[in-house]
Amino acid sequence: MKNNSVRTIVAVGIGAALFFVLGRFVAIPSPVPNTNISTQYGLLAFMAALFGPVAGALIGLIGHALIDFSYGWGIWWSWVIASAIFGIIMGLASKRINLADGEFSTKEILTFNVAQVIGHVLAWGLFAPVLDIVMYAEPANKVFVQGLVGGLANIVTTAIIGTLLCVAYAATKPKKGSLKEEK
Amino acid sequence: MNGIFNYIDRESPIHRLTGATKLVCLLLWSFAAMMTYDTRLLAVLPVISIVLFIVSKIRLRDVRFMLGFTLVFMVLNNVLVFLFAPQHGVSLYGTKHVLFSLGGNYVVTKEQLFYHLNLVLKYLATIPIVLLFVCTTQPSEFAASLNRIGVSYSIAYSVSLALRYIPDIQREFHEISQAQQARGIEMSKKQSLVKRLKSAGAILIPLILSSMDRIEVISNAMLLRGFGKNKKRTWYMGRPFRKWDILAMMLCALLLAASVWLNARNGGRFWNPFLA
Repeated sequence: MKNNSVRTIVAVGIGAALFFVLGRFVAIPSPVPNTNISTQYGLLAFMAALFGPVAGALIGLIGHALIDFSYGWGIWWSWVIASAIFGIIMGLASKRINLADGEFSTKEILTFNVAQVIGHVLAWGLFAPVLDIVMYAEPANKVFVQGLVGGLANIVTTAIIGTLLCVAYAATKPKKGSLKEEK
Repeated sequence: MNGIFNYIDRESPIHRLTGATKLVCLLLWSFAAMMTYDTRLLAVLPVISIVLFIVSKIRLRDVRFMLGFTLVFMVLNNVLVFLFAPQHGVSLYGTKHVLFSLGGNYVVTKEQLFYHLNLVLKYLATIPIVLLFVCTTQPSEFAASLNRIGVSYSIAYSVSLALRYIPDIQREFHEISQAQQARGIEMSKKQSLVKRLKSAGAILIPLILSSMDRIEVISNAMLLRGFGKNKKRTWYMGRPFRKWDILAMMLCALLLAASVWLNARNGGRFWNPFLA
């Protein structure tokens, strides 16, 4: 086992704990009754961009499953899997972004946001509703509307919180080639 | 602050089962309940779970909050299903017995009511058993159990780390939030949505950046102690299976088998009393 994989294991653990805390306690009440805006997807996008698709998938899976568990309604597998899928897509798409080297300017912001929109549309517009129909036999139009509303809200929060996080994190890292040898 | 996972330490046969047994039973049970829409099986499961609740010495008072939350969720989901698809039952069961009309497409049929009954029973079949699992399994034993049922130990360790650090991160979130509020950040309903999101950012950024440092510290500590060197590891909270563990798992496997058998006999997931 290499050093990197231990770091990924820890990142998954801490990431899932953060995902849980944000999902349970940092819900921003939205104008629509009984619907909270979930800030945790901004975090998930950021962690996946930093630690890759495997970490992204596991953070989404474990974090979301723990949230469901703590509410006591069992695990709503279709949505838990959709969270994991969003983590994978973000991790894969962010291979071009080198966050760890402090690079996050206009081009990266654009890549990050295009990726998160695609990720959310696929996860909530396609996977979550289809799995709802297959696993729970729920009516199609209901689950697609639910998925689209949730997906749209997630796109907005990820765009604001995810981007802010990446910018703030990149600012703490020294840029590649920022030091010059004095001659 | 504590008690999100609400483990309640009492002396009972359910507590004495190992965590791995309870996890296996939970999985078998929830698959059994998830797979079928056979009303007869779905009606039996809540009765058994109430009996198990009595055996476990967990009182209704202990789980009142979680139970209330879930019941609200259940009612909302049912209302949504009816609003979006008032004829879903008719398309599932293939017959139409109209009871009365609410105007437009909203015609109440026996089939639709029967479908809602099944949805409610599905919740009642799974909720108590999840609550029971949460209340009778110690969180640290949970990670050991994941490894026991075949999940790779690095993933089990991630889960254990998450459970370990949730209270810490929660406390830190609370502290940062109060510090930022003292500096004039507002997150109440008076602010516009975008402003509220931005102020959430002002709390989340310090929280998450400090967690990034935590990741470094913990992974260095684990590397120093040689984590990941061997293929297997032991767990402080791991316990061997006993007679009752095997029996409990066999009973739950029977439930799953019953669910599969009923699906095969009904020729689908739905038991249809309207075609008699």
